[in-house]
Amino acid sequence: MLDEVALRELVPTVLSVLVRRGADFATAEDAVQEALIRALSAWEDDAPSDPKGWLITVSWRVLIDMVRSDAARRDREVRFGSDPPTSVASSADDTLRLYFLCAHPDLTPSSAVALTLRAVGGLTTRQIAQAYLVPESTVAQRISRAKRTVGRAGLDRHGEVRTVMRVLYLVFNEGYSGDVDLAAEAIRLARQLATLVDDPEVDGLLALMLLHHARRRSRTRPDGAIVPLAEQDRSLWDTGLIAEGVAILQTALAQDRLGEYQAQAAIAALHADAPRFEDTDWVQILEWYDELLRFADTPIIRLNRAVALGEADGAPSGLAALADIDENIPRRDAVAAYLHERDGDLELAARLYAAAAQSAPNLAERDHQTRQAARLNHLMRHL
Amino acid sequence: MAKYLLLKHYRGGPAAVNDAPMDQWTPDEFEAHVQFMRDFAGRLERTGEFVDGQALSPDGVWVRYDGEGRPPVTDGPFAETKDLIAGWYVIDVDSYERAIELAGELSAAPGAGGEPIHEWLEVRPFLAAPPTVIE
Repeated sequence: MLDEVALRELVPTVLSVLVRRGADFATAEDAVQEALIRALSAWEDDAPSDPKGWLITVSWRVLIDMVRSDAARRDREVRFGSDPPTSVASSADDTLRLYFLCAHPDLTPSSAVALTLRAVGGLTTRQIAQAYLVPESTVAQRISRAKRTVGRAGLDRHGEVRTVMRVLYLVFNEGYSGDVDLAAEAIRLARQLATLVDDPEVDGLLALMLLHHARRRSRTRPDGAIVPLAEQDRSLWDTGLIAEGVAILQTALAQDRLGEYQAQAAIAALHADAPRFEDTDWVQILEWYDELLRFADTPIIRLNRAVALGEADGAPSGLAALADIDENIPRRDAVAAYLHERDGDLELAARLYAAAAQSAPNLAERDHQTRQAARLNHLMRHL
Repeated sequence: MAKYLLLKHYRGGPAAVNDAPMDQWTPDEFEAHVQFMRDFAGRLERTGEFVDGQALSPDGVWVRYDGEGRPPVTDGPFAETKDLIAGWYVIDVDSYERAIELAGELSAAPGAGGEPIHEWLEVRPFLAAPPTVIE
């Protein structure tokens, strides 16, 4: 039986082998993708005993064919012989170099995401297209443009683990549809990245993902409606993932090299740690928001901090903090509505929920805010 | 087969018969509406008539080219009086009559008091590729 994830895990290794044998990255990546697609259909009922060997052999043959037809077209000599040099064991450095390459700072976020998911994640162009609801040809174009960009920029520039983390966070946070769980895929890649680099921020990112993923079943109703944190059924939380996330975070924090992902993970861990919403340690959460602001002072973090402050110190404090935040920040109306409701001003809260629905960035949130407005209006009619 | 656009407007069309804003509905009425919309999309998929369905944010601007070397001119957010598209379905159906029938069903989505909204929807045929035989 074909284990697609196990197959995908081989992709960066196989790609590295081809590159080490002298193939250029762009062509090698195409060859591995072609071999992967062949494997997905050929292995359906009969997987080879040495999947990695199979993929290397087939990728290499595809590569030779590509180079030959390319060379023939341009009337040039074949650069590669058909006898591959002896395979060398893939090193962690090669895989890490692939991560850096695919998240090259010259790439746009959408290109870096597509290239990372294909070259490191081993997803097919079609799967990426389905996940992001764009045509397959669009994704293919993004990938080939991305490869031209990194080809021009070259590998000499030292890779930036921050850009890789940003790409993985994007993949995690923008999981849409299709048959691939992008959040799970981002976790898998973050796990791998954490084994390749010694950086507590990577561990922080992994912990953050695990702690959010642990709550996924409680975040939405079966029909897709949003369930706010206070109303989530905490028995649905994945305690195994929470324990793992907390353990990874604690090890990272012990290194005393704090960063924004660790701070965010700490906040997520405090939420995960509360058996009931009422048990949430808002004072500690507030302290972590203050830490977080030292690394990334953004209006969105200030907005979330205002919510925490409202819980820790009462709605008026939260509203006072909100007064300093730009009115055009997304979800500000929603936060204001929530705090005014806690403060007892139902009429203003209902108006703000309705305004929040108007400016909601997606349908689920729009429906959620409309529901809140309808709930309060209904309540006020029956007071 | 022919494709049609079923266009829903935030404003610009004639007012619906049952025209109360959503936040004034009861929570149950709102749930019934959301459920109806989900069922409608599911039904179109099952009958093999679904092509696309999207909702748009009410935010938006007009943009036009303003000459070489200049940034485009923007105008907006849209003034209150302007027509404003809320979203659409694209359907692929056997006849014009079927497109009208489906738009009628969609317009019957329940609203305030659990009664149909009787909302006006715009039905627009696509200009398709020419057929093989035209003479």
